Amino acid sequence: MTPSPSLISDLPSTAHHPVEILRFNTCGSVDDGKSTLIGRLLYDSKSIMEDQMEALERSADITGGGEINLANLTDGLRSEREQGITIDVAYRYFATPRRKFIIADTPGHVQYTRNMVTGASTANLSIVLVDARHGVIEQSRRHTYISALLGIPHIIIAVNKMDLVDWSEERFLEIRDQFESFLPRLDVLHDVKFIPISALNGDNVVTTSDKTPWYQGPNLLGHLETVHIASDWNLNNFRLPVQWVNRPENPRDESLHDFRGISGQIAGGIVKKGDHVLVLPSGYKATVKDIWTYGGSIDEAFCPQSVTIQLEEDIDISRGDIVVGIDDLPGVESDLRARVCWMNQKPLTKGRKYFLKQGTQTVQAMVTAIDSKVNFENLKMEPEPAELAVNDIGEVKIKTARSIVYDAYQTNRLTGSFILIEQGTNQTVAAGMLQPPNAAFNPEFTDYTI
Amino acid sequence: MSAYHLDHLEYLETEAIHIMREVAAEFERPALLFSGGKDSICLLRLAEKAFRPSEIPMPFLNVDTGHHFPELNEFRDRRAKELNGKLIVRKVEDAIKAGIAVPTPGEISRNKLQIPTLLNAIEEFQFDCAIGGARRDEEKARAKERFFSFRDGFGQWDPKNQRPEIWNLYNARVNMGENMRVFPLSNWTEMDVWEYIRKEKLEVPNIYFSHERECVLRHGQWLPVTDLLPPKEKERVETKIVRVRTIGDIISTGMVESPANSHDDIIAEIAAARVTERGSRADDKASEAAMEDRKKEGYF
Repeated sequence: MTPSPSLISDLPSTAHHPVEILRFNTCGSVDDGKSTLIGRLLYDSKSIMEDQMEALERSADITGGGEINLANLTDGLRSEREQGITIDVAYRYFATPRRKFIIADTPGHVQYTRNMVTGASTANLSIVLVDARHGVIEQSRRHTYISALLGIPHIIIAVNKMDLVDWSEERFLEIRDQFESFLPRLDVLHDVKFIPISALNGDNVVTTSDKTPWYQGPNLLGHLETVHIASDWNLNNFRLPVQWVNRPENPRDESLHDFRGISGQIAGGIVKKGDHVLVLPSGYKATVKDIWTYGGSIDEAFCPQSVTIQLEEDIDISRGDIVVGIDDLPGVESDLRARVCWMNQKPLTKGRKYFLKQGTQTVQAMVTAIDSKVNFENLKMEPEPAELAVNDIGEVKIKTARSIVYDAYQTNRLTGSFILIEQGTNQTVAAGMLQPPNAAFNPEFTDYTI
Repeated sequence: MSAYHLDHLEYLETEAIHIMREVAAEFERPALLFSGGKDSICLLRLAEKAFRPSEIPMPFLNVDTGHHFPELNEFRDRRAKELNGKLIVRKVEDAIKAGIAVPTPGEISRNKLQIPTLLNAIEEFQFDCAIGGARRDEEKARAKERFFSFRDGFGQWDPKNQRPEIWNLYNARVNMGENMRVFPLSNWTEMDVWEYIRKEKLEVPNIYFSHERECVLRHGQWLPVTDLLPPKEKERVETKIVRVRTIGDIISTGMVESPANSHDDIIAEIAAARVTERGSRADDKASEAAMEDRKKEGYF
């Protein structure tokens, strides 16, 4: 195809005013038009440059019979271009005057579900593409389920190739009904929007199409630019996983002789100078003396800022510990329940040992039971499967060599998530989402109320 | 932004600082690749933000092709000193003499020879991790990179068999002889880099700004005339008002005709640009998969 001229008049902003970032991923099965949609967004937002266009035209002349394929923009590896498929997660960037966007283009093949989990784990929003001719297929259910499982706050179901069903409102509603018949079975989907589009021609992608007078909602880019994302991070319960202890050696500055900083990225909540906190798993209580940053001391900091805090008390603290607020304490346990997405060709069987990395701590862990496995045909949990194969999602029990400090994934995506690493090969074999702790941490000392 | 919300530069910064600290905490012997170019200048500021008031807990490493812009090397050495950092420079010239890097007969570019020189430096100092300033928006093979990019014993990148990277949980485990390349600026664009340089008031080598230079027009690009690149017969040497947008070797970096004299000018120029940053790099134009091929061999 030859893309039509762009209809966006504004160039990307030079950003003298603050602009926020929205991260989204695209998913759909093969040929649903993911790469075409991304190509369209990039092209119409003037994010495709002349030399990229020339490269596209060159490859069109050589391999495409003269037809430009926008998918070649994102399919960056040689074997992808040869096979016309997307193998790995590709990240793309574009901006409009209102927002900057990071796209994770995630492949739709059954065998590449792990890539979708990868791309979706950091997303504010998921675009699930459906071919209007085929409607909901197993892949659509799988992608929507994974988006829900990963707690992505916002979903767009983009019903693509509407031009091939004559822009039929009836067909669009039929597909919406198909989705709505299973959406309630998914855990946490608050914000789901259906948009009829043609990625190839650009209808309802960056401009509102005149072919869908029956559709009153926003076009796709309009929604991406305006969807409310300010509350996507957890700002309720203070969590600071200790990444690195900052102790200057032989500082030239006298005042730094006693500097003892706790560096990390705040994984939840807000912290203020003078706040009472607990250090877990030890349970020591402490008071925040200072929040140190390169630009100077600050009075408060919030998730997901990277900071260095100093405590009044000189207590033993190291990487893997977590500093938490004294309200709403996390669990500190070694018997865990979790949902995992299995990502390795070697299936998961119970009794095997792995490294479990959660927050900044890595512990030895054993999967002691596989309780159930998702059947993507009906989205029901099948009890007691013998194993989890690659791309399976299931509920498991895990025993860790020492207690870990964690929250339910539903409450906090950063302190409720983990990966499993195979010992020896060091492959990342699973992504895990923790179920709520059996009990919140219970401090043993009596003068706990401060 | 609102009281508890980060704007785009603050978001990219906290992500990158988190990655820097993961490297310091998880690796035995990391290094930071510092060329003096704009991306690695941002890396140094991020390292300061991640580790101050302590010293930056890793040395800086640069592979000198011998075809560098002299302004770049001067800046590199001075900046490293200012930060009280340890700078290690390994030269392609020496690698050629030692038989570690073998030039292709007739090929003037030293680009490919950086690979064995870098791999040898990694082996010499037993680095298990090298932080680099590569960005995913630069090139489509780089668009497939992870933050933590695993390299086997031969330094090779296997794009089809990358470790999945989920949430902000980076798997930093490597066995003896293997290493990791880590790219904290993965999610930054060229525009973000310049906006960050402006915001942080970072000094950059003066060749990024407009200056007069003798150039010849070759393959549609204005290349700087130097001893390494004398004008060919019939080529006319012209004095142009130019700057560099991206810095590669002096024999293959196209100069951009530009009056841009300040951070604001450069940012306005990028906003209006109709070609990509690497559009002026001959090394990337060799073939559609030029970058992919180099990365598989151990390029960063």
